[in-house]
Amino acid sequence: MFTMGDAIGSVWGWLATHGDIIIIQTVNGIVTGMILALIASGLTLIFGIMDVVNFAHGELFMLGAYVGVVVLTASGSFWLALVVSTLVVALIGAALQITTLRPLIGRDPLNTILATFGISLVLQNYALWQFGPVPRKLDEPITGQFVLFYLAYPWYRLLIALLSGAIIGGLYLFLKHGTYGIWIRATTQDRVMAQAMGIPVPWVYTGVFAIGAGMAAASGVLFGPLIGINHAMGLDWVLKAFIVVVVGGMGNLGGSIAASIFVSLLEAYASIVVSPAQAAIVSFVVLILTLLFRPTGLFVPTPK
Amino acid sequence: MSLPPTAAEALVAVEDLHTFYGKSHVLHGVSLSVGRGEVVGLLGRNGVGKSTTLKTIMGLLGPSRGKVLFEGQAITGLPAHKVARMGIAYVPEDRRIFKLLTVMENLRTGLDRHGVTEARKQELLDKLFAFFPRLAERRSQAGGTLSGGEQQMLAIARAMMLEPKIILLDEPTEGLMPRMVSQIKEIVEVLHRDGVAILLVEQNVPLTLEASQRVYFMEKGQVRHHALASELKLDDPVIHQYLGV
Amino acid sequence: MSKRSNKSFWIAFWLVSAALIIAPLVLPEFWRRFLTEILIWGLLAMSSDLLIGYTGMVSFGHSAFFGLGMYGAAAALLTVKPANLWLAILYGLCGSAVVAGFVAFFATRLRDIYFAITTLIFSQIFYVIIFTWTEVTGGENGLNFTRPQLGIPGIYTVAFTPELLHWFVLAVVTASYLILRRITHSPFGMVLQSIRENEARTRAIGYPVERYKIVAVMLSGLFAGLAGVLYAVQNRFAAPDFVYFVVSGEAVIYNVMGGIGTLVGPIVGAGFFLGLRELSARIFGDQFPYLIPVGVIFIAMVIFLPQGLLGFARRWLNR
Repeated sequence: MFTMGDAIGSVWGWLATHGDIIIIQTVNGIVTGMILALIASGLTLIFGIMDVVNFAHGELFMLGAYVGVVVLTASGSFWLALVVSTLVVALIGAALQITTLRPLIGRDPLNTILATFGISLVLQNYALWQFGPVPRKLDEPITGQFVLFYLAYPWYRLLIALLSGAIIGGLYLFLKHGTYGIWIRATTQDRVMAQAMGIPVPWVYTGVFAIGAGMAAASGVLFGPLIGINHAMGLDWVLKAFIVVVVGGMGNLGGSIAASIFVSLLEAYASIVVSPAQAAIVSFVVLILTLLFRPTGLFVPTPK
Repeated sequence: MSLPPTAAEALVAVEDLHTFYGKSHVLHGVSLSVGRGEVVGLLGRNGVGKSTTLKTIMGLLGPSRGKVLFEGQAITGLPAHKVARMGIAYVPEDRRIFKLLTVMENLRTGLDRHGVTEARKQELLDKLFAFFPRLAERRSQAGGTLSGGEQQMLAIARAMMLEPKIILLDEPTEGLMPRMVSQIKEIVEVLHRDGVAILLVEQNVPLTLEASQRVYFMEKGQVRHHALASELKLDDPVIHQYLGV
Repeated sequence: MSKRSNKSFWIAFWLVSAALIIAPLVLPEFWRRFLTEILIWGLLAMSSDLLIGYTGMVSFGHSAFFGLGMYGAAAALLTVKPANLWLAILYGLCGSAVVAGFVAFFATRLRDIYFAITTLIFSQIFYVIIFTWTEVTGGENGLNFTRPQLGIPGIYTVAFTPELLHWFVLAVVTASYLILRRITHSPFGMVLQSIRENEARTRAIGYPVERYKIVAVMLSGLFAGLAGVLYAVQNRFAAPDFVYFVVSGEAVIYNVMGGIGTLVGPIVGAGFFLGLRELSARIFGDQFPYLIPVGVIFIAMVIFLPQGLLGFARRWLNR
């Protein structure tokens, strides 16, 4: 007869023989989770403060990666590429916000969804036109591996996780302290009164969008070495980012970070048994379950 | 001055303002003016358009017709953040302090401006906290945890941080206990002594008459009467006409 | 007043229909096919208008309804011999109904933005399923099949000539338009519009808003699925590309360009977009990324002409 002991025994046995993969996938899950958190934070920031669903966020990620490739090829420095890409895409983001999103403030939110969708279309096709359909490669700044328990793990991946964490942490500090952090938080709470206090709200919005865009670009450069860079790379990531933002609770920064790691870990484990394309279904399932049982977000305290 | 200052002399003046709130035509041609350093009262029943007038001056609402003038220059249609930077501060009817920001952060929304040195900021803060010791005690607390009266203090203090030439005060004593009401009166007097002009919208007639030099009466979206506060007694029939039930 | 504009509507309707009926007889094959495609994509966009223009729900999930309609038809045409047109339609509608039911169940509780994102995610879920379930759906390569004959197998059938196919598509699209028009004019349609105007108030009056929304999504999905069936019959293949959310996006573009809330506007929008694409390919060559200027025009229309091309006629069309 099949007992509980047998079940535990066979699971334990499986775990023991697959220990390597599980450890690797756990770390991979966390690394991917941190990148996803970085992308999702930008999205959450823009949504939480401006009430704008930025469909073009994935394209800003993609653009960041391409600018990174260009700068790296020209200068040979990965770090320069990271900084330049972040700044350039932040400026592009600001320009986009001023030209296409400012005229739409106060209108039905449907309009901004459509406008950002249009932007994503234009950016994607621009990238395809400029760079062609063949994927580009972005070389990592540090090669080599270190010893993780008894396994070898690439240094660079660890670096990505740390840097993403640092950037998100930096964002949090920026919002909590300093004049501009106060301006952003005041605008989020009461846009009208913020204006009456002399805070230039239209520019706060532009600034926030630029920050979100810059964060997306940084993710693109950081993650670049791990995947091929092509014009369509934004789609999958922005989809995951949206899922994570909904699961984490819209506008909830901490929630989207927790959700990013949670979903990425699950996907990493799932890809041990199924193909990566199918592992993507994991995030979809998590979304469906969240919508069914906790629509305000998994990592949000239950609303009263 | 027995006559209101002209548009050219006044600090703030509005001429023939028509403002819509959505589809409803709230202001039907409002004209008034406030001179430098003057305290001017704006009295009237609920719904006559007093708050709408203040919001239009502040640039939070755009008039369909008419002009808003500041120091003789037309500022009609300027966005509120530019109006605030020119020297007009607004304390709204429901206070509207930033509940999730601390008291200090609330003050900083007014204090953190271009061209103000750190020394000056500290000076302003010291002066303010000396005058509002309760706010000093609570400076790291979130605005939402303050009592109603304290929030009103904070709303006024926040406006003062802009070092404005005029403060638009909308019903500051509403819902406050008598002790707080007299504190508000004191604050208005101190501001007046400091040379800050005030346009005071109120339902509390005695306080308004004591604190103001001139008073306007509004009815149905228009200014109907004007008088010197010193010439009005509490039992004046005019008061009953525009404020009575 | 209403009677007069009603009459003028029908006059316009018959004029346009006559032009579309004559078209395949006078147009060269390329343009004939082009026109048929516009009608099919127009039907998809029209189905999406029911949600966007009349109920106020932006959906990026129509590619799923369209795609499942397509694959449903493929299933009928591949499994049942002789190839039966009506069975293809039936299977296709069932397929899209199932998907629409699924989406309706989950997504209708969510407001605006969340609904839009969730429908997008759902269309991607179906894309992944279809893409990876190679044994059933043919995976990346899709499915190929023969075109069925018009008529009832066993009693009378005739092969589709290009003209016959065009007229069949025209008949289906026109019938769909008239049905949708009837629906939007009905009390049900009025409630949908009331939901678009002010959902809270509609709920407060006592209407079970969620149920209305679910029905709206199902109807929308059915007509989108029908468009998918037509596409399958016309082109004789089904591919996962059509389930990818970009197709939904294009439907939304047609809606915005043509004018939401007009039913006929989206068809015009489809014509406008596809026409622009053809024009730019002819002037600038195949390699030119026509979507860049078209995308910019789209954004400009969202900002400056949110009514769309036919938006000005919205009131008139809805009499």
